[in-house]
Amino acid sequence: MAEFVIKENIISSVSGTAIPKPANDQNTDDIIPARFMKEITFANMGKYAYCDERFKDGKEIPMHPFNDKKFRGGSILVAGVNYGCGSSREHAPQALYRYGVRAIIAESFAEIFAGNCASLGIVGVTATAKEIASLIEFINNNPSEKIVVDLVEKKVKYKSIEAPIEILEGRRRAFLNGTWDALTILQQNKEGIKKVKETLPYLRFE
Amino acid sequence: MKWIFGDFMSKNTLYDKVWSAHTVGILPTGQTQIFVGRHLMHEVTSPQAFEMLRDRKLSSPNPKLATAVADHVVPTIDRSRPFKDSQAEIMTAELEKNVKEFNLNYFALNSDKQGVCHVTFPEQGIIWPGQLAVCGDSHTCTYGAFGALAFGIGTTQVSHVLATQTMAMEKLKVRRINITGKIGKGVTAKDVALHIIRTLKVNGGVGYAYEFGGEVVDAMSMDERMTLCNLAVEGGARSGYVNPDNTTFNYLKGKPSAPKKDFDRAVNYWASVASASDAEYDDVVEINVSKLEPIITWGVNPEQGITVSEKVPALDSFSGKAKEEALDAFNYMGITGNQSLIGTKVDVVFIGSCTNGRLSDLMQAAEIIKGKKVKVRTLVVAGSAEVKMGAEKLGFDKIFKDAGCEWRLPGCSMCLAMNPDKLIGNQRSASTSNRNFKGRQGSPTGRTHLVSPYTAAATAVEGMFADPRKYL
Ligand code: SF4
Repeated sequence: MAEFVIKENIISSVSGTAIPKPANDQNTDDIIPARFMKEITFANMGKYAYCDERFKDGKEIPMHPFNDKKFRGGSILVAGVNYGCGSSREHAPQALYRYGVRAIIAESFAEIFAGNCASLGIVGVTATAKEIASLIEFINNNPSEKIVVDLVEKKVKYKSIEAPIEILEGRRRAFLNGTWDALTILQQNKEGIKKVKETLPYLRFE
Repeated sequence: MKWIFGDFMSKNTLYDKVWSAHTVGILPTGQTQIFVGRHLMHEVTSPQAFEMLRDRKLSSPNPKLATAVADHVVPTIDRSRPFKDSQAEIMTAELEKNVKEFNLNYFALNSDKQGVCHVTFPEQGIIWPGQLAVCGDSHTCTYGAFGALAFGIGTTQVSHVLATQTMAMEKLKVRRINITGKIGKGVTAKDVALHIIRTLKVNGGVGYAYEFGGEVVDAMSMDERMTLCNLAVEGGARSGYVNPDNTTFNYLKGKPSAPKKDFDRAVNYWASVASASDAEYDDVVEINVSKLEPIITWGVNPEQGITVSEKVPALDSFSGKAKEEALDAFNYMGITGNQSLIGTKVDVVFIGSCTNGRLSDLMQAAEIIKGKKVKVRTLVVAGSAEVKMGAEKLGFDKIFKDAGCEWRLPGCSMCLAMNPDKLIGNQRSASTSNRNFKGRQGSPTGRTHLVSPYTAAATAVEGMFADPRKYL
């Protein structure tokens, strides 16, 4: 198949300031508690990101990285192991996206969450524990410095540092070709879909 | 663990067979375009997907491969419409509107087919071996009990499946988990599943599908296999399955939506998708459960569990980041290292959910509760209308009500509390559901301990965590 490219959707890098959120196993209920999902659109989800952690008795906890003025406007989230574990709720990446997050650097991701991020155009990449620790330290000391997640070179760049990052090759290509919005490419192979539909025996069991 | 891509070894497993039967092609991104043979839906994760279709002026070409039900937000006491909770009403009405507009199958709210998606769909015979099944819900892995390849997807993917009957995905590795030994009295599939998670850790399954097998699984009923597979995702595995066998086929026989005329042909096909005897796996693990005792979780993720004879691990047994996390869990849960959970008071007991809301689960709870009184608020929520009818036929509703339990209408209820069934403040609950995450049961400071139906029932009777085996 020839390389399929959607120009408007191409994401070759994400740059911006960062938000440190280093804990391991942060789950989708942390990112957005279920009681905030009772809406039929994603429009308000940004407001609810990490809601239970950010507020206590209705008052903002100023130290929380999503409240801390130092990190306001950050678009790159830096996290630990197994980020986004738990439920399949797309409300979680939607909440982060609408809060302003465009890339996540973590030690590792939960599967479903990683796929959900990719389909929204949130770039999720992994780095080693050591790199994450240095990055977090850097962000805490230099909250207004820009970080670049470069998908072409597979590097995260800040100041004079360039550290390697990992991403599924297919997913990297999807960002570079602008095909992370999978629906457009899924619609191409009508013949192939028809063929599988006709050969799967169980679809005809009565 | 890193991204898993390339270096696949598994061959001739059920996963490989079902995956290749559903492969449409390799996408320019390197992902596989996979055909979806069974699409399930509920009200929380679908409305935005329908909206995406409307935005692009798309319809669903295979509407009858999809079935929907409302379960997460529905109230479990008063079902008169409109619901008192206007948000719940809007979400349910939206689903009703969408299934009509797109012409999908729907298990209506007050029909005898309504229930928690992962309880009612299999029970109605919609889930078969060899299917590739998806739902915008992580516990879709429950259907793996049938030898279906089943996993949770996000809402954007729900829209892809609706519009094309396919989605883009990466193949997983396959880990065979042999569960061996002889399971003790009062120890259930739930305890086995929680034990697997604490052994392999909550992220041990990332990048894998789990194939559960071995003598213990062979002897399990379909209900037990569903409980086991339901918890696969809590161990990080996006999918978990059991190879189909006679237990599977006998369960499906005569179910409303199972094949009738072609049943024998179907059984032949179903048997053919099981992993071959010379199947190769990316990884094989053996877990012996002969010495296993009932498990109670102490922390805020499902791996933090101990048996009824063990003590909560001491803080000093952790180091580094794990120590910080354990301390955080201790503080949140209001417990300390080295303490026993047996004897710890609870405020609420919840018996239900897609993990343990089936008839056999209620039967276990009834066995212990029968003739006694519960000391704390106890909600018993049948997983489906059919479970409820079955339980009432056997008189369980009376046993529960006489004991002082609340007997509710089917739904997700206090599993995730998107309806009025919630913990209040920092109430402590013994719950038969699958997630003990912070705030999971509706109060941001609520404390959830995961247990089996037996343990939940014994705990309800004593008002504090109890070893159920003395009642059996
Ligand atoms: S019972 Fe709980 S885990 Fe199961 S589908 Fe409902 S909310 Fe999800």
